[in-house]
Amino acid sequence: MGASFGRGGATGFLQDLQNADCIVIQGSNMAECHPVGFQWVMEAKARGARVIHVDPRFTRTSALADTHVPIRAGSDIVFLGAIINYIVSNEKYFHEYVLNYTNAANLVSKDFQDVDDLDGVFSGYDPQTGKYDTSSWAYDANDDEPAGDAGGQGDESEESASSRSAGHELGGHGAALEHTKVKRDETLQHPRCVFQVLKRHYARYTPELVQEVCGVTPEQLLDVCEAVTSNSGRERTTTWVYSVGWTHHTVGVQYIRGSAIIQLLLGNMGRPGGGILALRGHASIQGSTDIPTLYNLLPGYLPMPMVGTHDSLDEYVAQIASPDQKGFWTNARTYTVNLLKAWWGDAATAENDFAFDYLPKLSGDHGTYATVMSMLKDEIDGYFLLGQTPAVGSAHGRMQRLGLAHLKWLVVRDLNLIESATFWKDGPEIETGELRTEEIDTEVFFFPAAAHVEKDGTFTQTQRMLQWHHKAVEPPGDAQSELAFFYLLGQKLRQRLADSTDERDRPLLDLTWDYPVDEHGDPSAEAVLAEINGVHLTGEKAGVPLSTFNEMKPDGSTSGGCWIYAGVYADGVNQSARRKPGREQSWVAPEWGWAWPANRRILYNRAAADPDGKPWSERKAYVWWDSEQEKWTGHDVPDFELKKPPSYRPPEGAAGPAALRGDDPFIMQADGVGWLYAPTGLLDGPLPAHYEPQESPISNPMYSQQASPTREVFSRTDNYSNPSGDEPGAEVFPYVFTTYRLTEHHTAGGMSRWQPFLAELQPEFFCEVSPELARQRGLVNNGWATIITARTAVEARVLVTDRVVPLRAGGKEIHQIGLPYHWGIGGDAVVTGDSANDLLGVTLDPNVHIQESKVASCDIQPGRRPRGPALLDYVAAYRKRAGITLDTGNELRNLASGANGGSRSGGVKEGAS
Amino acid sequence: MDIRKTFLEWPVVRQLTGGDPLGRGAAVQSAHTKAITARTKTADRVVRSVCPYCAVGCGQRVFVKDEKVVQIEGDPDSPVSRGRLCPKGSASTQLVTSPGRATTMLYRAPRSTTWQRIGVEEATDMIADRMIESRSRRWQDTDEQGRPLRRTMGMAALGGATLDNEENYLIKKLFTALGAIQIENQARI
Repeated sequence: MGASFGRGGATGFLQDLQNADCIVIQGSNMAECHPVGFQWVMEAKARGARVIHVDPRFTRTSALADTHVPIRAGSDIVFLGAIINYIVSNEKYFHEYVLNYTNAANLVSKDFQDVDDLDGVFSGYDPQTGKYDTSSWAYDANDDEPAGDAGGQGDESEESASSRSAGHELGGHGAALEHTKVKRDETLQHPRCVFQVLKRHYARYTPELVQEVCGVTPEQLLDVCEAVTSNSGRERTTTWVYSVGWTHHTVGVQYIRGSAIIQLLLGNMGRPGGGILALRGHASIQGSTDIPTLYNLLPGYLPMPMVGTHDSLDEYVAQIASPDQKGFWTNARTYTVNLLKAWWGDAATAENDFAFDYLPKLSGDHGTYATVMSMLKDEIDGYFLLGQTPAVGSAHGRMQRLGLAHLKWLVVRDLNLIESATFWKDGPEIETGELRTEEIDTEVFFFPAAAHVEKDGTFTQTQRMLQWHHKAVEPPGDAQSELAFFYLLGQKLRQRLADSTDERDRPLLDLTWDYPVDEHGDPSAEAVLAEINGVHLTGEKAGVPLSTFNEMKPDGSTSGGCWIYAGVYADGVNQSARRKPGREQSWVAPEWGWAWPANRRILYNRAAADPDGKPWSERKAYVWWDSEQEKWTGHDVPDFELKKPPSYRPPEGAAGPAALRGDDPFIMQADGVGWLYAPTGLLDGPLPAHYEPQESPISNPMYSQQASPTREVFSRTDNYSNPSGDEPGAEVFPYVFTTYRLTEHHTAGGMSRWQPFLAELQPEFFCEVSPELARQRGLVNNGWATIITARTAVEARVLVTDRVVPLRAGGKEIHQIGLPYHWGIGGDAVVTGDSANDLLGVTLDPNVHIQESKVASCDIQPGRRPRGPALLDYVAAYRKRAGITLDTGNELRNLASGANGGSRSGGVKEGAS
Repeated sequence: MDIRKTFLEWPVVRQLTGGDPLGRGAAVQSAHTKAITARTKTADRVVRSVCPYCAVGCGQRVFVKDEKVVQIEGDPDSPVSRGRLCPKGSASTQLVTSPGRATTMLYRAPRSTTWQRIGVEEATDMIADRMIESRSRRWQDTDEQGRPLRRTMGMAALGGATLDNEENYLIKKLFTALGAIQIENQARI
């Protein structure tokens, strides 16, 4: 999302779904995973909207939709690409929107070559490193500039590009451009303009290809194409809804890009009933990327500095945004200085670059999977688990648990005695004999945590809205909040080092760490929120909270811990605690909670008006230019400079916000427009291209390149992959499985399997299989089945159901198996069971280092799995039978003569340009 | 004669004569049910909250009596949820009050086969000591080219998507000041 539009996060809000004329839910089972939010889909349907669900399984979402399209897991880019192809070849795009609000007219560098020219990779691929030099993807700069300069990323280190783009899809921002002097062709006819590049790229994505790859018939595809195009334009809008069914892939970021391209072509961004709604699965998962407990980010999507490229504040700021580009990221220095002032107070001065060097520096991927592998090498002593249980909830549970056993000390803070806290006495590896309790050296501290009603604070929910929850009662027993624990821990650490003269301790000792406390000694969450919001430090307004991030100054006269949250404490009032009843407000409900940025509920809403500032239609009026009052107005807070008229054209040499034209709606983008084509910022391609998942029963019919050439693979004896496609041994794992959630449980079960009500509703781990697959393998409804991958085998109750249907893809019948992943072994939960996540290996998307957990291959057999050490032998025998080695699945580049280069379907290549 | 003890009190009569012809409300209510008072009526106070499960962010009303949570209901004022809660949200009273919930600080020593009780203050002191030692043991001043890193690889953290923004803010702030960078949460998973 960041790469396409400039900001991460859902672009609209749940209630706005009611205004959609068509809703496509893809990669999400909204009715079961976000049931209360789904009421707005039903409102839309009651108003006549068409609801389409594209998903491997028939779920309650499908049952309530007008249309369910079963699709092979891992093939969504082909489906989305075919919709793009339909839109472009049938001229169904919103011409005026595309021309003015996207980069369609920009010319791409002469050096750019597409995947069809290079058998499955874009130009710039280095097979040695498995990475791209992305300079050839850049725009074609104007004559007075050297060609290829506009992308501006060619001279950057890979680490730097990685850190920035990693931020994008976790909610980050538009990538930097050196400047915006780019060659354009307003007729969209130039062969190198983005529009024509896009058109050629997707020409191969035909209905026949969709049938071949996705198992979706041409009629089903055409039906969806007609629905979304006839429900888009001036008078109508379509919304796309996704969740982790899209992000959990080696090409997850590109899935989302696919829908971004469609929504830009159809002119649905920034408009009511339009946009892309990312549904998040945790109460504050949006908040935990905004104020990130993520290695690569600082609050407000500022990157964590990277050694070598961010060694000084000047270098750091220059890497975030070029001073010559457009948009608000040119204020990165201001946002950074305010953060540093919030953290280091008086110790952060203009003379010392506001203590920029107090920030530790990254040098590569320090994500959670990299961390676990470091644990296994005994490179990490201590680990804090804060309301999260990797022993069950992360991919490859065995690797996670073995990692925990390598720690010196482990702190688990949770509501219940979760499996990550008890792995040392009752984890699956104790049963297999891989671990012995008496030999595990890990010290384990279990702290009971406070529940949401036992503390004050804000959650940021799926539509970027902060809502304050009030403390109702004191936490029971020894329980305490994270706020209280970390505040106390910080005090203890500072006391221990108070006399230190070591330079390394200055950041800790100079840290602002003084919050008012209540009668129990617990810090005030409201005081922390006020620090996050920011405050004037000097002058007349000293002590006055900031009203917006526009009040932030780069000179140290203001501070603010997270610039995008500035305004949540405007006027000294906790805006997130506002609870004016919905029925007493407009449908936008701007006085319930507070949404970042600046309480805007639909992002890029300048695009709800035409270039002249008039609504595209009365029916879809949302934000428009009021020529009498000479300002933007409407139902929402305009996502635009209030007084900048539509006719505004920047003077020569303008930069930053001043360089944004009056009709540049994507104000965080380096060129003010939505990106159909990403000339920079992504590591795996400027346009989504189809690759098969890491494990797939079929060969990629499009080119020799089987899976994403930039996916992150880990060739390790504890991380074997199943063979794919035509590789020998692939037939040993002929089925596809996908993992998912149930309504009655929450992720790894830490907040649901301990509750008798919920445990009773969904007591046991089960697998969904089709009647055809049940017959093929002799599976009996309510009996047991064992599911096997190269990592392990798990057992589940069998649910034979026609909710999953076999599909024909790659010339084969493909059976898909659904596995809810809520159970775990060990702990003292009311219900336990094998964990679906144990089946998964670790293979990651290169942009965001997220694992591919929504699709893999497996075998399934009737009956229960072997117990004890026999389980290890059983899985080893499978690996042997399939001929699995450390190289299996880990070859990044497949050439025509390579292991994966076997038979290709010739028919589909006819669609190539 | 007590009119309530006659056939006039039969549900079918009440259904036909009263304002509940479909027999879904008052007409079929027994005297026993009528005598029950909802926990929400007798609560000492109602506190506004937000559901802690998925990210829809449904409004909750927390009913408290004698300083204990007795019920959690949907908040009809919320423009997002309009008073509704899903099965998890409806069961969130039990998340707070379940007898199986862990409320005791526990410690497992190296190679031990059992938990032992320990005070929170003592445990926090032990962790602070270990953090300082591990931080120092795995400290990196510079990389191999002499460029400043100012960091420790000695500790890591995972979690945050279920926590408050204010909590995540203090966590990120403290770990960053310590030089610890391997701080992650569910958003990567």
